[in-house]
Amino acid sequence: MSHPLVRALVDRLVGGLIVLCVSVAAIPVLVLLLFVLINGLPGMLTPGFFTDPPYPQGVPGGGVLNAIIGTLEIVGIASLLAVPVGALIGIFLSEYGRNQIGDTVRFISDVFTGLPSIAFGIFGYTVVVLTTHHFSALSASIALAVLMLPVILRATETALVLVPNSLREAGLALGAPRWRVTLEIVVPAALGGIVTGALLAMARAAGETAPLLFTAFGNDIIQTNPLQPMGALSLTIFRNALVPYPNLQQQAWAAALLLVALVAATNIAARIYVRRIQR
Amino acid sequence: MIATATMQTEVAPPPVRDTGAEIKLDARHVNFWYGDFQALHDASLAVQARKITALIGPSGCGKTTFLRVFNRMHDLVPGTRASGEVLLDGHNVLSPDTDVINLRRQVGMLFQRANPFPKSIYDNVAYGPHILGWSKSQIDQVVEESLKDTGLWDEVKDRLRRSALNLSGGQQQRLCLARALAVKPEVILMDEPASALDPIATLRIEELMQELKERYTIVIVTHNMQQASRVSDFTAFMLMNQRRAGEVIEFGATDDIFNRPKDGRTEDYITGRFG
Repeated sequence: MSHPLVRALVDRLVGGLIVLCVSVAAIPVLVLLLFVLINGLPGMLTPGFFTDPPYPQGVPGGGVLNAIIGTLEIVGIASLLAVPVGALIGIFLSEYGRNQIGDTVRFISDVFTGLPSIAFGIFGYTVVVLTTHHFSALSASIALAVLMLPVILRATETALVLVPNSLREAGLALGAPRWRVTLEIVVPAALGGIVTGALLAMARAAGETAPLLFTAFGNDIIQTNPLQPMGALSLTIFRNALVPYPNLQQQAWAAALLLVALVAATNIAARIYVRRIQR
Repeated sequence: MIATATMQTEVAPPPVRDTGAEIKLDARHVNFWYGDFQALHDASLAVQARKITALIGPSGCGKTTFLRVFNRMHDLVPGTRASGEVLLDGHNVLSPDTDVINLRRQVGMLFQRANPFPKSIYDNVAYGPHILGWSKSQIDQVVEESLKDTGLWDEVKDRLRRSALNLSGGQQQRLCLARALAVKPEVILMDEPASALDPIATLRIEELMQELKERYTIVIVTHNMQQASRVSDFTAFMLMNQRRAGEVIEFGATDDIFNRPKDGRTEDYITGRFG
């Protein structure tokens, strides 16, 4: 045993090192958030930002209602497609996937996770846009759904694997068939993790720009028909950031702030939900 | 010392088989493998109806493995294989045409650690009957009966809808017992049911076993020899052979095993000389 003083000193040192590491990681994020907040807030407070579509170039004012509706609708449809499929694949991997098939699915899923997001855009473009000869929100939703799939299925699998085996055994020992134990015992026990995974995937999809570029394409008119081109917040940021008009640039900052707020709200909702069902 | 006693292994087939008592569960020459590793070698055991049979022996001797063969829980572990026969009322549960789901309704199980579902107290007990498709009123009734049978009813009747995870360890284990009783099994397998409990909760479980044996056949695995001698009517002593496969060394009335063991190895274990 070393001297108590030395131990106290080492304890302090390691503690300080950890605080330093956390700071190095956290400061850039905080600076970024602050930057978006400062630059975005004025644009957000402009009248009509939430309630109007963009005005023609040169006309002052206008808002991003088209993009808000677009982001919610595109991500909503993508989630409807990806969450059930992803959760089911995750359940398969955890409960029935300890074999060659499971390993193959896991490998493909990992490859998908590493794919640059524009590849999903190309997928949506070739599979939907080229066959329908039309840019559409639906093609963007499909592209985003494929992008979300690996996140959801991995989160589901992880959540289910964490459910203690003793619960499965308890169910099976009562004479319950395996599928009922899976659906009625294991999945409810892991629901927090599954929902968190789904919400995180939605948050990620909401922030994606590249998959939308040649699928949803963008639309300055308020459009709710998923078969038509549609605006999205990420597209507004991308387009407006590239134009020389200060009022549009300000709108891009405001759209960025709104997107950050949406993603943050989704994450917070996920945490509150998990905390509630864990009680 | 151990080597000289090896020949006495032939004594193992239990004498109780000849007395005409009702044999509920009859394991004959069971061998069991985890992959290439043989975990049980020629294990036989005749479990009498409405009695408590204890399996004792050192760690790794195959007690739990043997117990889990009785309701085919080993099916869940990939790469396992069993040979021999386990007759439940004359039907071999190891045969491929056994309806495992039905078997597990007849042969319930209580585990080493209490494993209540993360659901309400009521839903825990109601799960088995719910699977069986019983009506709401039947389920209400069986939940109350089962909780009364395990002495929990008065403790929990006002909070049936609250999470089972808020109960104490002993209460959780009794809840798991109530859950097992709710599907009206004939045999209850207990895998060291009190090893994670304090002495008072342990005593409670042991008292329950005495009450339950009037209606149920109980097989209990235990590390605790005092427990085996306190609660059981029959005891089987198991040990690993040279190839680490578990064997039943001696089986008989608990009183005989503990006071007049025929095998030197049983005596050594009981008197604490090894194990």
